[in-house]
Amino acid sequence: MATTSIVAPGRRATRERRSSAAIGHANPLTYVVAILFVAANLAPVLYIVLGGFRTNSQITTSPAGLPAPFELGNYGSVLSSGVFWQELGNSMISAGATTIGVVVLGLMVSFVLARYHFAGRGALYALFAAGLMFPITVAITPLYLLIKDLGLTNSLAGVILPQIAFALPTTVIILVPFLRAIPDELEEAASIDGASRLGFFFRMIVPLSLPGVVTVGILAFIASWNSYILPLFILNNEGSYTLPLGVQAFSSQYSVDTAKVLAFTSMSMIPALIFFTIFQRRIVGGLTGAVKG
Amino acid sequence: MTTDTSLGTNPVTGSDRAAGSTQAGRGATSAPRPAGRRPAKRKIADWRKRAEIAVLAGPAVIVFVTFVILPVAMAAYYGFFKWQGYGPPTDFVGLQNYVIIFQDQAFRSVLMHNGFIVVLSLVLQGPIAIVLALLLNQKMHGRGLIRVLVFVPYVISEVIVGTGWSLLLQSNGAVNDLLQSIGLGGLRADWLSNPDIAIWTLLVIISWKYIGFAVILFLAGLQSIPEELFEAAAIDGAGYWQIQRRITLPLLGPTIRIWAFLSIIGSLQLFDLVYIIWGQYIASTAGTSTMATYMVGNGRNSGNYGFGSAVAVVMFVISLAVALIYQRFVLRRDTAGALTERKN
Repeated sequence: MATTSIVAPGRRATRERRSSAAIGHANPLTYVVAILFVAANLAPVLYIVLGGFRTNSQITTSPAGLPAPFELGNYGSVLSSGVFWQELGNSMISAGATTIGVVVLGLMVSFVLARYHFAGRGALYALFAAGLMFPITVAITPLYLLIKDLGLTNSLAGVILPQIAFALPTTVIILVPFLRAIPDELEEAASIDGASRLGFFFRMIVPLSLPGVVTVGILAFIASWNSYILPLFILNNEGSYTLPLGVQAFSSQYSVDTAKVLAFTSMSMIPALIFFTIFQRRIVGGLTGAVKG
Repeated sequence: MTTDTSLGTNPVTGSDRAAGSTQAGRGATSAPRPAGRRPAKRKIADWRKRAEIAVLAGPAVIVFVTFVILPVAMAAYYGFFKWQGYGPPTDFVGLQNYVIIFQDQAFRSVLMHNGFIVVLSLVLQGPIAIVLALLLNQKMHGRGLIRVLVFVPYVISEVIVGTGWSLLLQSNGAVNDLLQSIGLGGLRADWLSNPDIAIWTLLVIISWKYIGFAVILFLAGLQSIPEELFEAAAIDGAGYWQIQRRITLPLLGPTIRIWAFLSIIGSLQLFDLVYIIWGQYIASTAGTSTMATYMVGNGRNSGNYGFGSAVAVVMFVISLAVALIYQRFVLRRDTAGALTERKN
């Protein structure tokens, strides 16, 4: 494990070479399976997106039909309502702050765990690794009471801080092998050139670990964007709702207006999809490092 | 090792709590020393190292302990009380909450549901995801696009998945309508509320949501297998499937084991999808309730914070036991380097 010599910057080139020489050439059957799989993945999503373009009477008479004609009113009323934009803003703030927190704290502690040798390192790693087994659902009741005592209910900070904490285990698990895979020779070379451990951290580790950092950042962002149980407990006034709570509130408020619910739902998933599409290459690359480590 | 040579250049490091002790011997740290002076030097190196460790690891440890460990410890404490959540808990009831939990037929059925979901998630998603990853690892047109699309269900939130699927699966929803129109009207069913079907429906939704993650993980694992191995095997006359079985699958082992671990823990903690689609009351009659929905329903939603905390503890102990057993017997070789001190 410690001898794995993946160097982050080299990975990209390596991957390109490999994917161009992947084993076997696809036959028609592969394409059929791939298309079926993709279709199964997308059908429910398309149902939501297209359903937003229908009217309720269209949906009632033919639940599985296509929009005929396209009805723009549902999306229009969602986009012109202040509620959607406010909830979008709350989700952005919450996910953005969580991501920054996770990356900064996670990278620092992972560096310690990966490259310092000290008594208790195993225990520290085990502490974070054990965090994987502490589901937020288990802690949610006392967490709510703790947040209430800190006076952070109905504030985004009350969501952000616990989210950082609960994202740290995954971050540590992904980043530690990643940082450990950076060859010792690099560190020795840096120290011969006069860099301290911390100099090495800022000048070598931070740039070299960028793919891993991007991965954990994206995972933290998406986890926060989609987070449900924590905001459900912490945020009780509608002004502080994030999009998942908003979707649920909206769908119970307009339970008879299915088309509008679908429009609201599909609007709320678009930002995460765009974000993911931009960074998906990084995710795959980063996971390679995490798993290989 | 490298600690001995990497001292004395960074002015920031000494500033934390080790500052006082470092100062005394600061002069000694500036240049490499002959072996004879090693003990003194090592001591200072140790302090500097400790300061760096404290500065770098401290914030993460504080946040983690405050918001993860402390609440879990609080749950353990509150679990011994009958408590409505106002003021400090005073009505100490010992193990009574736990006795109630284990005598409650409803809790036994949520345990069954969780167990069922753990096992069937592995059995359904694992093989399908491996086969899909092998297929998608071949050279084909649009591979990049396929990889993006495969990940879509994983990226969208449980609330959206739940809202969308519950509309799709209503008794007068799109799925039944589609079955009718392709001539399979006999298969129309009450997917969500029929207790014989509901948990299978849940499994399908879970698989739909999470299988893309497994596929992407396996694809990543596949790409880290050195290509030379395949070339060598091909030269030796191995066929495609033979290569997959003898080389790919064993080398994909660590990835599969980690995925299985994540899947098991996720299944034990399942809450969002069930709560959104079924709600706490319907979930138990439809047979899809989980430990987590039981906990929220009987804890916070009924104002019994003590009892809810006890359920949380039970859930935690079960997850921990499963995870430890799994790590001990399955993940052992994968984490050998991570959990034990590295020697060099």
